[in-house]
Amino acid sequence: MNIFTRSYYIYRRLLKAVRLFLLAAGPGIIVMVADNDAGGITTYTVTGAKYGMNLLWFLILLGPVAYYVQEMTVRLGAVTKRGHAEAIFSAFGRFWGWFSLLDLVLTDWLTMITEFIGMTAALSIFHVPRLLTVVIVWLVMGGMIFSGRYWTWEKIALLFCAVNLVYIPAAFIVHPSIKDIAFNSFVPHFPPGGFTNELFFLLMANIGTTIAPWMLFFQQSSVVDKGLHEKDIAFGKIDTAIGAVFTVVVAMVLIIVTGRLIFGQPVDDAAVAARHIMPISRTIGTLIAIGLFDAGLLGAICISLASSWAFGEIFGWAHSLNNKVKEAPWFYAYYFFTLILAGTVVLIPGAPLVLITLFVQVIATTLLPAALVFLILLLNDKKTMGEHVNTRWQNTVNIGIVAVIVIISAMYGISTLFPDMFK
Amino acid sequence: MLRSIFSNSYAKVREINDKYKTPGIEMSGGVKFALLALRLYLIALIGLSLYKFITLLK
Repeated sequence: MNIFTRSYYIYRRLLKAVRLFLLAAGPGIIVMVADNDAGGITTYTVTGAKYGMNLLWFLILLGPVAYYVQEMTVRLGAVTKRGHAEAIFSAFGRFWGWFSLLDLVLTDWLTMITEFIGMTAALSIFHVPRLLTVVIVWLVMGGMIFSGRYWTWEKIALLFCAVNLVYIPAAFIVHPSIKDIAFNSFVPHFPPGGFTNELFFLLMANIGTTIAPWMLFFQQSSVVDKGLHEKDIAFGKIDTAIGAVFTVVVAMVLIIVTGRLIFGQPVDDAAVAARHIMPISRTIGTLIAIGLFDAGLLGAICISLASSWAFGEIFGWAHSLNNKVKEAPWFYAYYFFTLILAGTVVLIPGAPLVLITLFVQVIATTLLPAALVFLILLLNDKKTMGEHVNTRWQNTVNIGIVAVIVIISAMYGISTLFPDMFK
Repeated sequence: MLRSIFSNSYAKVREINDKYKTPGIEMSGGVKFALLALRLYLIALIGLSLYKFITLLK
């Protein structure tokens, strides 16, 4: 075989691999980008405004953590052809099954409310009334699933993922020092002032926004609905890794932008950050507001689907995005029920939205260990996973991640309930 | 109509409970330990939350 024939052969193989990857890609990128939801965007802007670029290294560390956790759901979904809720019921019985399902329902619904809070706050910058924002979101999310095709839904979701990258140009506009970025990205250190209670809370919020129980349920069900098989696991892993890179890049960009423009200013959420930035740079303020709306929308899309899939799996309803509304009425009814209920709460005058946001963080973070423990146990079940069971290296990394998260989640939950305990 | 929905749901929940009565995973020592630790963790956190709630009410 001469060099030209060999090159052409390699080229054809690569082309085929890329085509196959594009067919299998989607769930990983969507879940990872949706991970930067309205709460995530708020966490990053607050982190940047409070500590500048000092915590970039921490966010880079969270990228592989998110990858290792989510990658397990790809293998579990592709091997068992079951969603996460069904896998837990089947493996651990009814007690833990109901516990996981009700935990998911509660945290998803509360998180959905925070997504609506983010979206209404983002569009309020452009003087769009809350009611109009909520109705627009209902219509967009309703329209996405009416095609009755998973592929159509996925393409629209990927389009929203692309919009989430609007933050990236902002990082170039603020002309950050490359030397500062490199130092803060690769040299782990705490900001001036050292390790304080406030810093601990913010680090936990960053962890909480990077790994969430709904992500496990969403990606596994998505892998099953898409019809990925064991042979597609490698592509699913690449898909997840690319998504993890996007997550980290968006988080870094937000920290760089807010760290450069509003460092030291009191910022409670991303909408406030956008308002502070508007007088300095209207373009960047607008990009942050658009990005915040998109983040909330993407989060709401994925979270409502995660719950609907889980209920469909357990109650035996038809539960695929490939089903028309008529074919899977309960699945879509639940989807709209959570959507309408969460949107309505935001419209109630005087609703305790700040309390809800705080409650979501505590509940989601303290219940996260349960979801991760189930995941590790499932991935170690040789009978179910066969050759895709966790390797020693994967177990070392994943058990290490879970152990650290269990300890700091417990500390976070306790310190939120009793703020003076660790002072 | 409501009565029918509730009775159907109740029957469905019973059916689910029967279907998943026995855990499918092999209950090795490690799995038992992990589930016990998880129970203790959750009981402790729920206890703390209830304590906080009661003290807030007082």
